[in-house]
Amino acid sequence: MKSLEELMAIKAKMQDKVAIRKGSGSTRIVVGMATCGIAAGARPVLNAFVEAVNEAGLTESVSVTQTGCIGICQYEPVVEVYAEGQEKVTYVKMTPEKAKTIIEKHIKGGKVVAEYTIGAAKA
Amino acid sequence: MIRSHVLICGGTGCTSSGSVALRDKLADELKAKGLEEEIKIVMTGCFGLCALGPIMIVYPEGTFYSQVTADDIPEIVEEHLLKGRIVERLVYNDQAAAAEEATASLSETQFYKKQKRVALRNCGVINPEAIDEYIAMDGYFALAKAVKEMTPEDVINTILASGLRGRGGGGFPTGRKWQFARASVSDKKYVVCNADEGDPGAFMDRSVLEGDPHALIEAMAIAAYAIGADEGWVYVRAEYPIAVRRLSIAIEQAREYGLLGKNIFGSGFNFDLHIRLGAGAFVCGEETALLTSVEGNRGEPRPRPPFPAVKGLWGKPTIINNVETYANIAQIILKGADWFSSMGTEKSKGTKVFALGGKITNTGLVEVPMGTTLREIVEEIGGGVPNGKTFKAAQTGGPSGGCIPASLIDVPIDYDNLLEIGSMMGSGGLIVMDEDTCMVDLAKFFLEFTVDESCGKCAPCRIGTVRMLEILNKICDGNGEMEDLDKLEELANYIKSASLCGLGQTAPNPVLSTLRYFRDEYIAHIVDKKCPAGVCKKLLNYTIDPDKCKGCTLCARACPAGAITGKVKEVHVIDTAKCVKCGACMEKCKFGAISRK
Ligand SMILES: Cc1cc2nc3c(=O)[nH]c(=O)nc-3n(C[C@H](O)[C@H](O)[C@H](O)COP(=O)(O)O)c2cc1C
Repeated sequence: MKSLEELMAIKAKMQDKVAIRKGSGSTRIVVGMATCGIAAGARPVLNAFVEAVNEAGLTESVSVTQTGCIGICQYEPVVEVYAEGQEKVTYVKMTPEKAKTIIEKHIKGGKVVAEYTIGAAKA
Repeated sequence: MIRSHVLICGGTGCTSSGSVALRDKLADELKAKGLEEEIKIVMTGCFGLCALGPIMIVYPEGTFYSQVTADDIPEIVEEHLLKGRIVERLVYNDQAAAAEEATASLSETQFYKKQKRVALRNCGVINPEAIDEYIAMDGYFALAKAVKEMTPEDVINTILASGLRGRGGGGFPTGRKWQFARASVSDKKYVVCNADEGDPGAFMDRSVLEGDPHALIEAMAIAAYAIGADEGWVYVRAEYPIAVRRLSIAIEQAREYGLLGKNIFGSGFNFDLHIRLGAGAFVCGEETALLTSVEGNRGEPRPRPPFPAVKGLWGKPTIINNVETYANIAQIILKGADWFSSMGTEKSKGTKVFALGGKITNTGLVEVPMGTTLREIVEEIGGGVPNGKTFKAAQTGGPSGGCIPASLIDVPIDYDNLLEIGSMMGSGGLIVMDEDTCMVDLAKFFLEFTVDESCGKCAPCRIGTVRMLEILNKICDGNGEMEDLDKLEELANYIKSASLCGLGQTAPNPVLSTLRYFRDEYIAHIVDKKCPAGVCKKLLNYTIDPDKCKGCTLCARACPAGAITGKVKEVHVIDTAKCVKCGACMEKCKFGAISRK
């Protein structure tokens, strides 16, 4: 270690890796992972979210967690987004591709992706 | 891509309750389920709630599982890690925080809420065997700041201004000690860490070494820079094998990164560190004895002055600080003296770690701001005295300290208040006692410890403590006389004033403080020949109430000494001459017919 820059580089590289232990970020993405969700393909969706959050460098503020059955099995995989100061948004029939779009538009851009929400599916 | 971290405590407490087997089982199970790319297992240092080990925390949820066994692992993997359903039955049950939300994340529990973690900030958070994780938590940035941006005087002034005092027992201002060593002119100086931790019941130093060893290395390097030393020694007891291993790994890693060695951060500052194992003699925690032991000689104290800051290791100026003292240093350099001195009381700044033990629900380690009351520690954080018993007193400062009676439970705990009420901070052992503790017996326990541990170099300590113990034994056996109390006090004062080192100077404290607050218990032993708490065996008698005895024979069968006689369905009797006062009969009796008086 000959310089502060080297130390900072290690810290930067590691920070994402330990951020998860600081507990929930201000935004939470919750993936329904009960039997129905897993059968409908929730696992790749969960992984896609984790990857997209990492790639976007958002691990400090966004946490991706899972939950049990939300109770609307016909719409699985279901994902709920809780952002500070916003109503909960429920996305349904999720896919890994949709997950990437949600990170781009909703989490980073602040705009709910209306066509993926439960409201759109019911209509 | 990792989406979840499972933290398992790898401290000594949880290791002995099986956390290593837990990790292995979890690793196997994750592999079987194909989750090893998604979920990372991290072995950490101590979380503090040792009574409920092994402990496991799952992030990002922060779910806090306690008393997990290897058999629970498949369920945790299947339910929680795969399906996201928290395994409620294993979630730590925070009695105080009403069961509304069983997902009690760690930081919300009553046990953690009032704590302020400075010295223990990384314990239970990072993997102590990974230097990169320490760096991610701002590790070694304080050292960089010190050697690049500050002069040694700046460092010393910051520590002085912070008000940090030694956590090893004496409470001497750390900055002042460094100032003296800086002022000593010499071609060679040393920094030493006291990790001997001899106070029975205390284990905060072990926890820092096991959970955050780099914090110690960084602090010692900063201290060396401040006083102008280039070499350091950590004196740690050999009974701490996990601590020794983690510290050795950490030193290796720091050397590899050039954080120990020559020209650190290109500043021209050199520093390297060695470990010396101690054999576990209490007196070797005393600083002059410790230095003698590091030099390879028999660990005996020598008179001060000269103080180590003038003439220490191998006759060179040396500072010696405790592990917990060092664990605060990097934080003070990074966050500033004002940040540190904003916590605590007027003359005791910052936080203190206490090892809670004895009759308390949450045995373990807690770190609270100085000035927290004993009531907050015992009732709120510690979860109170278990089994519906009442709080009688707490012992602080171990064999050098004294007891705090229930009437003083609201005194804010800091160095000066404790001294005033006849106890002392010591290293932070805090043993809680309930109504079943006999205070004479307690004083005897600590005095037996000092008699064993006295090194024998000076007569007041070697002989005086034995004489005191003889008097206590006499009182507990029912042969005490009232004059004995005066003799105890007289002897105590001679020993305190004439002993060579702190061991003898403080050894009478447990006797003096119990005499001060619980004199009536001594008198009960001497005059009434009774032990009110029912502990001192020679003063106890077990009897069977003939009106309540149904003649079931259970007691007679339980008695290991054959002291109980009686026929079936007839009243039984205890032969007091044969009775060994073990209490087995009383435990067995279903009719409450046996009493102890
Ligand atoms: C009998 C005896 C035992 C001691 N044991 C310890 C110990 O185990 N750990 C410790 O840090 N200090 C212990 N001390 C205090 C040390 O002598 C010394 O004051 C301390 O290491 C200084 O560090 P500090 O200023 O950071 O507290 C002991 C003192 C005495 C008299």
